Amino acid sequence: MCNSCGCSHGETRIDGQPAHSGLGDEQHHDHHPLHAHDAGVIEKQRDDLHFGKGPAHAHAPGLSQSRMVQIEQSILSKNDHYAEQNRASFASQQILALNLVSSPGSGKTTLLTETLNNIKDRINCAVIEGDQETANDAERIRTTGVQAVQINTGKGCHLDAHMVGHAMDSFIFNQQGLLFIENVGNLVCPAGFDLGEAHKVAILSVTEGEDKPLKYPDMFYAADLLLLNKIDLLPYLNFDVQACMDNAKKINPDIDIIQCSATSGEGMEEWYNWLETRRQAQIDTILEPLKHRLKILEACRDRRI
Amino acid sequence: MHEMSLAEGMIQLIEDQAESQHFSQVKKIFLEIGALSNVEVESLLFCFNAVALGTVAETAEVIVERTVGQGFCMDCSQSVTCDSLYQACPFCQSYKIQVTGGQDMRVKELEVA
Repeated sequence: MCNSCGCSHGETRIDGQPAHSGLGDEQHHDHHPLHAHDAGVIEKQRDDLHFGKGPAHAHAPGLSQSRMVQIEQSILSKNDHYAEQNRASFASQQILALNLVSSPGSGKTTLLTETLNNIKDRINCAVIEGDQETANDAERIRTTGVQAVQINTGKGCHLDAHMVGHAMDSFIFNQQGLLFIENVGNLVCPAGFDLGEAHKVAILSVTEGEDKPLKYPDMFYAADLLLLNKIDLLPYLNFDVQACMDNAKKINPDIDIIQCSATSGEGMEEWYNWLETRRQAQIDTILEPLKHRLKILEACRDRRI
Repeated sequence: MHEMSLAEGMIQLIEDQAESQHFSQVKKIFLEIGALSNVEVESLLFCFNAVALGTVAETAEVIVERTVGQGFCMDCSQSVTCDSLYQACPFCQSYKIQVTGGQDMRVKELEVA
């Protein structure tokens, strides 16, 4: 944790290396006036008693220098700004980005390695692994032959859009592909942070409680797909699948639900089809205005003088 | 613990404003926190006090306005208020409620010197 202000970004690491510009102490503290204030400006203000140059630009004697500044900005605006940059960058390279969120132990990494082994020969893939510590998960991904970057958040409880932007520098996509961002195992904090992804995918295993969607509503509200994982274990458990799906629909009536098992392979085809449909839909959104423009240009060319 | 990140977000936002709007001290911060936003206000204020040290907002008083959650029932077409994301429509008991407000976490305005 950063010693100056206690912020957790000081411990953020990408592939074991301290995250640079903006995440490290140096730039972070550029914003803190006590560390980086321009002393010349203060001195100038002290010598210059021009009342019209005060903070309120007040000219009338006795008028308070206090004033109201309208801001009307989201607390998350900085993150949202980086997320929009990521989104634009994904779109320009035809990358479908998915933010995988779950509690620890839901089987995210196993599901991901199984997925990659099945689809990596047909499409470019990359994985960003988010964990507090260790590079274990990225190493597991790399054994499949797929490019992976590990982000260690240190004391942080979620990935943010700025970290993802930096991690993207390490990947080669050749103008199309799938990016899986495996967030820190946590059903609370990652819900609020847009990474620029097309969809959040929540993974819930049947070894957890069927009331988890109700206990952690923000996450299931934010997700577009729920993967109900480890269904091969259902015969050994008292897990009410229908109750779990009903709970998820109570929070988010539009959520898609796929029952699957990365171990037995059940439901995995349905998951790959979901991915393919979303991938095509994303490209269609880019293609439609271009087709329209093409039609206009062709009509324009055919017009005679 | 993501409240620490949110508090840092507040400080960044305020310091950007301090630079562009030329002020050196923030006396009051007016926040608007929706009932359906993903934040624990007490925790946010605790974290804010920690990250505000040594900044223009070090001595600032934070005033929080809580806004109610609002939704629209897709089944009975009524506007409803909601305290949580899993609340049924009070008119028809449907859960098909589209949230229309109360998810914001915003810095509305600052009193500065």
